[in-house]
Amino acid sequence: MSSTDPRAETRRVLAICNACGYCNGFCDVFESARLRPALTDTDLEHLAHLCHHCRNCLYACQYAPPHPFAVNVPRALTALRHHAYVRHAWPRPLARLLVHAPASALLVALATIVLVLGAVLTLVPHAVLFAAHQGPGAFYAVIPWGWMSLLAALPLGWSLLAVAVSLRRVWREGASAGEPPPGWRDWRGALADLVTLRNLRGGGPGCNDLDDRPSHWRRRLHHTLLLGLLGCLAATTIATVYHHLLGLQAPYPWWSLPVVLGTLGGLAMTVATLGLAWLTLRADPTPSTSASRGADAALLALLAAVALSGLALLGWRATAAMGVLLALHLATVIAFFLLIPYSKLVHGGYRALALLREAAARRRRIRRAAGDA
Amino acid sequence: MTPDPTPDVLVAGGGTAALCAAISARRAGARVTLLEQAPRARRGGNTRHARNFRYAHDTANALSSGPYPAATFLADLQGVTEGGADPQLARRLVERSADLPAWLGGCGVALQPRAGGVLPPSRKTAFLLGGGTAMINALYAEAERLGVTIHYQYALEDPGLDGERVGRVGVRDPHGATLHLAPGALILCSGGPHANRDWLARHWGARAAGILNRGTPYSEGRALLRLLEQGAEPIGDPGRAHLVAIDGRSPVDDGGIVTRVRCMPAGIVVDSACRRFLDEGGDTASTRYARWGQRLIDCPDQVAYLVLDTPAWQSAPPSLYPPITAPTPEALAVRLGLDPAALVATLAAYNAAVRPGETPEDGHTEGLEPPKSGHARVLDTPPFAAYPMRPGITFGYQGLAVAPDTRVRLTRGGVATNLFAAGVAMQPNLIPRGYVSGLALAIGMVFGRIAGEEAANHVLN
Repeated sequence: MSSTDPRAETRRVLAICNACGYCNGFCDVFESARLRPALTDTDLEHLAHLCHHCRNCLYACQYAPPHPFAVNVPRALTALRHHAYVRHAWPRPLARLLVHAPASALLVALATIVLVLGAVLTLVPHAVLFAAHQGPGAFYAVIPWGWMSLLAALPLGWSLLAVAVSLRRVWREGASAGEPPPGWRDWRGALADLVTLRNLRGGGPGCNDLDDRPSHWRRRLHHTLLLGLLGCLAATTIATVYHHLLGLQAPYPWWSLPVVLGTLGGLAMTVATLGLAWLTLRADPTPSTSASRGADAALLALLAAVALSGLALLGWRATAAMGVLLALHLATVIAFFLLIPYSKLVHGGYRALALLREAAARRRRIRRAAGDA
Repeated sequence: MTPDPTPDVLVAGGGTAALCAAISARRAGARVTLLEQAPRARRGGNTRHARNFRYAHDTANALSSGPYPAATFLADLQGVTEGGADPQLARRLVERSADLPAWLGGCGVALQPRAGGVLPPSRKTAFLLGGGTAMINALYAEAERLGVTIHYQYALEDPGLDGERVGRVGVRDPHGATLHLAPGALILCSGGPHANRDWLARHWGARAAGILNRGTPYSEGRALLRLLEQGAEPIGDPGRAHLVAIDGRSPVDDGGIVTRVRCMPAGIVVDSACRRFLDEGGDTASTRYARWGQRLIDCPDQVAYLVLDTPAWQSAPPSLYPPITAPTPEALAVRLGLDPAALVATLAAYNAAVRPGETPEDGHTEGLEPPKSGHARVLDTPPFAAYPMRPGITFGYQGLAVAPDTRVRLTRGGVATNLFAAGVAMQPNLIPRGYVSGLALAIGMVFGRIAGEEAANHVLN
């Protein structure tokens, strides 16, 4: 793809798909494209976000390179997705972080580590920092609870705002005239599609994760990662409840809910990031772009850093290394929070919106068909 | 790695029939070598462009919307070929088609259930999930898993039929050098000669230059033609082929399904002298593609133009290339390289003869020759649009005559002992004329399996 705007190429290949239709059993993209024959810019963006990048339609394609039609739908949609992430990033100047995702992840992570570690080394007396703390409130002896909460909450709050602004803009831009707001059935349908990753099943047999053979590994690893992340989130939430409502102070014993959830979550994230990184490195590069592979790798590295620093903190929390490990873990979490709107992580929100829009459109079609009959 | 000089079973070809034959022979215990003429990225023959296959089934099921009893399948086959299908082979095809979905499933081939709601309605066929190329990938993976040795860019040149046996077989390697193998049995599954330009020119004369090939350029039929020289018995008429009306701008080879022009009933079709020559509204079923293809071959330069006005063009299904458009019929004629006055006159005569009916389908012409008997409406809303059309060849109607066990018949009588054929190479035994959807794949699957079993049986017993 020579140009920086991938819409022309996406339009070209999807027009061929609309005349063919063989792939319509793999996922929702092809039926949705058939029903949007004009393939406007917003149509294309909807289809790009709807695509879960299972890659099956490349290996099944009778027109894939070296055929002169050179149809490579997953690559075209991947390029368009990345283009859309950049275009909708808010505020505009920070979109550059998405353009150079690996460098951004590295720089932001290094910056937060230097700042947090630097602050701790400067502000916390070394006798406290390098002491082995035990018992309730041990973490807060190094970094006071208020500071820890503030340092995490500010970037998270900012990022959630930025994501919300982008999602709202995309939803409005993609709305067609007279389109009713989605009903609860549509939300339920979209949620079911997200939970089952229905569009990442390749119509049943699985995805072409590495090459032309089907596999379910990407789908399983994706949700292992997501569940791990949710486990860690739940651990933090429960710990907050313990702290404020029950007056229990961390560190908690190994059998407590926050520690069990956090440990399992961290292990799941570690396994999943390693597995997905292996897939990213080993997979045939034909159906993706170097920009998307870079963004994938950057996010995986960031998540692995969060998980591994958390597990290290758990493992050595009773030793003199705790203070530094705590600072490191806090720094990676802050970096992760900061990069939510400016990394591959944004795919989740856009995908959810595309699935919601698709669920609503599908229900309207079924209702119309029933009305016609 | 050079090919095994003495495989039990040598399979020539790399499409459906070849893979079904190789898998069956290997499962029966034979050492199997498969030679695919194409490079790996273009493997699979015309199956790359296929989507569904016809099979007998007694009830509606997850794959097909209604029953298709064996007797109906047999009657359809004889009907479409005007009774030309070999009765024994036809019976074997129908009987053995019934377990194809299960057999394919056992090879890792995924079929597309109707439940998704996105398939065209079909009672008689089952659809491959992702189409023929996806099936080809699964069959190659299964063949490799079973231990079939696969060589890409190796072509069977000389089948070496000597009397009633295949002995020394000549094979061209990727560098163009010839090597010789001595297989226990040879199964020819390398298709017909319809992509072979010399062969087309021999049988179609100057008209051959106007024919586009819808499928793989590797279907050159060299081994098949050598076999006919070496005493194999031909069947079918080499001067006839299954031709389909496709966009004249399509590539010379491999255009596949998307090149079809579909909306003749919406407009009028004129040749390069701007004359109409066939009732555009007479046939709106899928049989129209082949009906138009057959007529295009006899048009001057094998070209005709489907002319539409804006409502007709906008109601057309999605096409590979956008139509050529112009604000007036005169300007359209200029863009197409036609005589503007002639196109205007033809269009005016047509428009004057249109008699609208109660429904759009009932619109017809009066006093026009040839008539347009349905879907006729006045074509007068600019801009005007045109699709240039040419005949696209799908397969020819000449092949190798075979016995019911797929052994190749000999002109001197009897059959070859260790030479088998499956797929398009022997398809004219079943389809010497006509066609209905999903037949070619079913023939490739059923007779590929039979040939693999018989060849293994011959070698091992």
